Amino acid sequence: MAPVVKVEGLRVTARDGRGQQNVIVNDVSFEVNSGEIIALIGESGSGKTTIALSLMGYARSGTRIAGGKVTFDRREILSLTQRELSSLRGRDIAYVPQSAAASFNPAKPLLKQVIESSQIHRVMAPAEARAKAVSLFRELGLPNPELLGTRFPHQVSGGQLQRLLAAMALVTDPKLIIFDEPTTALDVTTQIEVLRVFKKAIKERGRTAVYVSHDLAVVAQMADRIIVLRDGAIQEVNATQYILTAPKSDYTRTLLAAAEPQARAVTRQASGTAAASVIEVKNIVAGYGARDREGFPAVPILRDVSLAIRPGTTLGVIGESGSGKSTLARVIAGLLPAARGEVQLNGVALPKSAAARTRDQLRRIQIVFQMADTALNPARPIGRILGRPLEFYHGLRGARRARRVAELLEMVRLPATMAERYPGELSGGQKQRINLARALAAEPSLILCDEVTSALDTVVGAAILDLLVELQRELGIAYLFISHDLSTVKAICDEVMILYAGQIMEHGTRGALCQRPLHPYSELLISSVPELRQGWLEGISETVLKEASGGIVRRAGAACSFFERCSLRIPGRCDVEPTPLRRFSKGADIRCQRTETELIELAAQRDANEISGRPEISEPRDFGPGRGAQLIAW
Amino acid sequence: MIAAQKAPASARRRLRLPLAGIIGAGIVAFWVLMAIIGPYIAPHDVGALIDNDLFGRMRWGLPLGSDYLGRDVLSRILVGTRYSIGVAAAATFLAILMGGTLGMLAAVSRSAVDMVLSRFFDMLISIPSKMSALVVIAALGSSIPVLIATVAVIYTPGAFRIWRALSVNVNALDFVEVARARGEGTAYLIREEILPNILGPVLTDFGLRFVFAILLLSSLSFLGLGIQPPNADWGSLVRENINGLADGALAVVMPSFAIATLTIGINLVIDNLPGRWSSTGER
Repeated sequence: MAPVVKVEGLRVTARDGRGQQNVIVNDVSFEVNSGEIIALIGESGSGKTTIALSLMGYARSGTRIAGGKVTFDRREILSLTQRELSSLRGRDIAYVPQSAAASFNPAKPLLKQVIESSQIHRVMAPAEARAKAVSLFRELGLPNPELLGTRFPHQVSGGQLQRLLAAMALVTDPKLIIFDEPTTALDVTTQIEVLRVFKKAIKERGRTAVYVSHDLAVVAQMADRIIVLRDGAIQEVNATQYILTAPKSDYTRTLLAAAEPQARAVTRQASGTAAASVIEVKNIVAGYGARDREGFPAVPILRDVSLAIRPGTTLGVIGESGSGKSTLARVIAGLLPAARGEVQLNGVALPKSAAARTRDQLRRIQIVFQMADTALNPARPIGRILGRPLEFYHGLRGARRARRVAELLEMVRLPATMAERYPGELSGGQKQRINLARALAAEPSLILCDEVTSALDTVVGAAILDLLVELQRELGIAYLFISHDLSTVKAICDEVMILYAGQIMEHGTRGALCQRPLHPYSELLISSVPELRQGWLEGISETVLKEASGGIVRRAGAACSFFERCSLRIPGRCDVEPTPLRRFSKGADIRCQRTETELIELAAQRDANEISGRPEISEPRDFGPGRGAQLIAW
Repeated sequence: MIAAQKAPASARRRLRLPLAGIIGAGIVAFWVLMAIIGPYIAPHDVGALIDNDLFGRMRWGLPLGSDYLGRDVLSRILVGTRYSIGVAAAATFLAILMGGTLGMLAAVSRSAVDMVLSRFFDMLISIPSKMSALVVIAALGSSIPVLIATVAVIYTPGAFRIWRALSVNVNALDFVEVARARGEGTAYLIREEILPNILGPVLTDFGLRFVFAILLLSSLSFLGLGIQPPNADWGSLVRENINGLADGALAVVMPSFAIATLTIGINLVIDNLPGRWSSTGER
């Protein structure tokens, strides 16, 4: 049987700013067989999206398909006219883009948009299409399938939008579906559900799919075969199991190594417990919107959050989007004055707003943002961006300033010539290094790192983490490290705090988070991180699935905000009484009505049920049944 | 890692204008030069009646013919350049200076300051501009300072709105937040973080507003409230020779042509500015 797609010697070129043609995809050939899911994996700039788009005969503006042959369903894609391509796209080949929110028209109801392609191509009557869409909604596990179509894009969550995009793609029963990083923008908990329904929908229909991603662990769940790309050329093509277990190319090994979590944090002596905290946050309440008579904000984001960081250590803050992680950093930096509570720097209470703090207080706390692109002023050269804090805090000028800029660049492993460049000329990783250098220029005691590696490729992000750890060792800076990615936090943090809807759920040492008993939410987060092995997605327990599918619900008052999703909740108590923050013997604070022994027993029971209910799982879970408090491999 | 850090040699930023930009720059430079030297190279006195014909044809000695009183059109245009460009440029500059600065201030300060300034300019913008100009000039009499001030005040709210809208977008970006967390003052935020990043669109706005100012001045002159005789800016030249329109007299065509070339020239330059000066922005 002929393959559905056959790509031979594909070459794509792009014109750069000076009008020169650069080859971005060079001599790529592969086949996709019927009913197969093939993954294109690589870092940004590896040409994976470009290749995926060229399967539809599409080249993004500025790029050109310069050579090669793409055969789809016995038709020569690259020699088709625009009209022929239009009749193909959306009907025989469907595309699911990364950003669901940007892919829907906010002014039209969802159902109309989902069935749009079927109406353009006139493959079925409107009534039939609507019925089909509703059955797809049901199949994709969307809530309230009958009525969902009448809602508008802003009324549903990100994970639901992504599933609606898949419904849109599936409605015409295309022969090939291209998924372009469909879950990259989602939380891990949301990702599980989306991946599961995608896989089920494709496999049950026997569809052929191309799955583009940079995340090896996700790809391991989805793909039958993996194509590893780098700089527009194929490094390795093989079945998923072989890529994971017996990689042939060096580059694949690098990718695997970067995806494999490894501890980077410096092992420190326990003597640190006596050292005074560099920063102490006490009972912070902060939010947005109008304040009421007692100064309580209309939309509270942080509710009674306290923490302390000792010099030279790292506190990791994890949570889903909307948990208040970034708000915490903004409160500490004084960008969002807290409604209540206090931030202390070296034992001295700081004014709530940055404008009221002294220059020295400001100098000691620096912030590094997630989006390296927007964190650097594009109209100023690097030398000036780095020079400003030197001048502002240390009064350095002229040659001394230039020398210090060169030193800073050296510190973040960039050449000194970088000082003349503009941010637009730098890569994402380089920009993030400059961001870090700017924070270092102030010679701070604490750097607030807000998702600093989230927007970077795995390999580049790993290099940034290494740099952070090295700098900490050399300069003794404390970090508040915010991330939604457990493995990153695990890699560099001494202590970890888990936030949910602005409440601390668990706070303890890194080691304590590897031990049962865990807060039910911590348990959920840990089990939601995709593992680098096949079959992980299928092996997820029902409890986790149920918990993962709920979104953050903000509750007023001091009751537990995780109540709606929790599998261990006690109705009538958890949702009514204020939840105590208990000190557990493993050395962590956990906010839960359940006691330590209860949590241990319940976790053991849950594991036992799970195993008995799923005898097909051959690989033992890292935490087996009935063993109570023990190490979880993460 | 080392290899990844070495980006291709930085392309030197050359200020290269495309052809359309060069043409525009040529036209603008020509008129600016005329504004400076116009009165000295004008072949005749602006007020001198030298032709017996009214709306005389072009001939040797009167290259653009004569106007409705038999005065030399070329001389009158050359002398008028100064008034048209000078008053419009001064007024636009003032409008941008006031509106732009306050617009950026409103965006950076947010909350109360923004509220007060925005509502104030909303109020100003709700007054019909030509009517208020007529009232002001009727009350104070037409003189160049009054004209400049009036036109400047009329265009300030528009400039405020554009500058504020552009600044609000930049103000939301992380690098401004970083500067704020560093403890920078409002003046620094405006000068270093906001202004360089809105230059392109703001220059386009300047060009448009300059053109509007020329048109407003021309229409004021057309009503007889602009530059007073015997001097005349281009707008007044069009008005006073309007009777020649039916005959296609050069006396009315040429000043119109001057207004058209200047406005087109300015827009050509602004639309073709390179790099971060460009209206679309480089990013």
